[in-house]
Amino acid sequence: MTPVLAAASNEAALAFIEIGAVALVLALLARLAGRLGMPAIPLYLLAGLLVGEGGVATLDVSEDFIALAAQIGVLLLLFTLGLEYTGDELRHGLRSGSTAGAVDAVANFLPGLAIGLLIGWEPTAALLLGGVTWISSSGVVAKLLADLDRLGNRETPSILNVLVIEDLAMAVYLPIVAALVVGRSAADTALTVAVALAAVGAILVLALRGGDRLSALLAPASNESLLLAVFGLILLVGGLAEQLQVSSAIGAFLVGLALSGVVQERASALIEPLRDLFAATFFLFFSFQIAPATLVDVLGIAAVLGVVTAATKMVSGWVAAGGLGVAERGRIRAGTTLIARGEFSIVIASLGIGLADGDDLGAVAAAYVLLTAVLGPVAARFADRLPVHPRLRAMARR
Amino acid sequence: MAEVTETQLPGVGVRYEFTTRDGARLGVLHHHGGRREIVVYDEDDPDRAASVVRLDGDDSRTLSELLGATQVTEAVRAMQQQRIEGLTLEWIDLPARSAMVGRTIGDGELRSRTGASVVAVIRGETTEPAPGPDFVFEAGDVAVAVGTPDGLELLRQALRS
Repeated sequence: MTPVLAAASNEAALAFIEIGAVALVLALLARLAGRLGMPAIPLYLLAGLLVGEGGVATLDVSEDFIALAAQIGVLLLLFTLGLEYTGDELRHGLRSGSTAGAVDAVANFLPGLAIGLLIGWEPTAALLLGGVTWISSSGVVAKLLADLDRLGNRETPSILNVLVIEDLAMAVYLPIVAALVVGRSAADTALTVAVALAAVGAILVLALRGGDRLSALLAPASNESLLLAVFGLILLVGGLAEQLQVSSAIGAFLVGLALSGVVQERASALIEPLRDLFAATFFLFFSFQIAPATLVDVLGIAAVLGVVTAATKMVSGWVAAGGLGVAERGRIRAGTTLIARGEFSIVIASLGIGLADGDDLGAVAAAYVLLTAVLGPVAARFADRLPVHPRLRAMARR
Repeated sequence: MAEVTETQLPGVGVRYEFTTRDGARLGVLHHHGGRREIVVYDEDDPDRAASVVRLDGDDSRTLSELLGATQVTEAVRAMQQQRIEGLTLEWIDLPARSAMVGRTIGDGELRSRTGASVVAVIRGETTEPAPGPDFVFEAGDVAVAVGTPDGLELLRQALRS
């Protein structure tokens, strides 16, 4: 008994030291990001590169632990996203933003898909790259709008509606690509997709219909019991969803949607610190698996993707804000605000890790998120100083 | 009263806007968490918030106190935040088909039947704090009720069917 315990505690000590050191580095990075007024995700990704394969200070002991924590990070990210929306907001967003959402999907999905196919990736990897370029970072966008005092702006509802549609579209997109990644025969894949979509639909209806009841059930709980109940629900529903081949992340998203009212506010306050902890681990672990040399190789592709899809997000913003009768300045603000990609792009890319082109996909996604998450907010900040061509102005005011 | 437009901001809250008598465009943003923002729009770019004042719950109370508004919803919110174990607060709206439309709180014997109490009724822009047993419901009223989750479920059935 004693030797085992001794060996275990020795290993545990080493793991504690590593994890502790990494957490402290992340703390410094989060602080630096706050100071610079930029999102923390790019810095976490950079830190992961440095301590990962071929980096300057490779971690080895705690990889298993970090991998599981990273998975939980994805669940909590998606849960808090779902938590932000009430059922009414979703319905309203769907009604008023569907045209803009469709334009956004086509304009931003196709460039990723096309470039993936052009550089000779397998179709599934290219489909994932399409997802990487499609979805804006809800986290970065929400923070930008608040930091720049633009929540009251007239174009802001259109931006938020685009985000709602993108997030809902993910509930359909993720199960489909998750089935494709497994790569069985066409008939099997079709069946898996059908089952997955049916499950998503069922959980969505359940979440919207039964959400009030669930929330009422949880309402009297103390903070401690509420935290455990919500955390348990997230993992349980996520795990069951994964069993049905619906990605676990979507299960967690739907749990977030189901909670409403006071419980929603309390759960948000309780889970947020956990989310920050585990999500930081996820970003770190993602780039941890990328060799810095690969990242340098794909920098050119990521830059081309970044330029093209910054332009296509400008189109999304232009159309979305135009739907509300916003003039050219506001439309440009909407477009630049949407440029930043982040957590979702990384979640999508992480699905393809097992593919033949998975390593390249991961590296491209990391480089791409680094570029857009850093430069997008800069563009949004200076949107009002961008020159506007008179023809654009005429178009906006017509 | 000026025409107030209401805009949903998914994940953030609700924004209300109106134009003042001398032509300034003014907005109030209600965050889900209870924070408020007062927004004054730019004259040259009417889509842009030229200046923003952030108010927490306390600030909002102070300001509306100064402006002379009723405070029932705020008091109710405060009560909700204190959270008495086992007691929940709920907003229940009355559809036109509700059997309670045109009847009083006393007629419905709501309190004795459900165990939950209606502590206020919001009707359009006005609020009736602590409505008595002779208070008559109208379609579209929103009843603010306190009770156990079970009691509130019963009350919801009573008010909505």
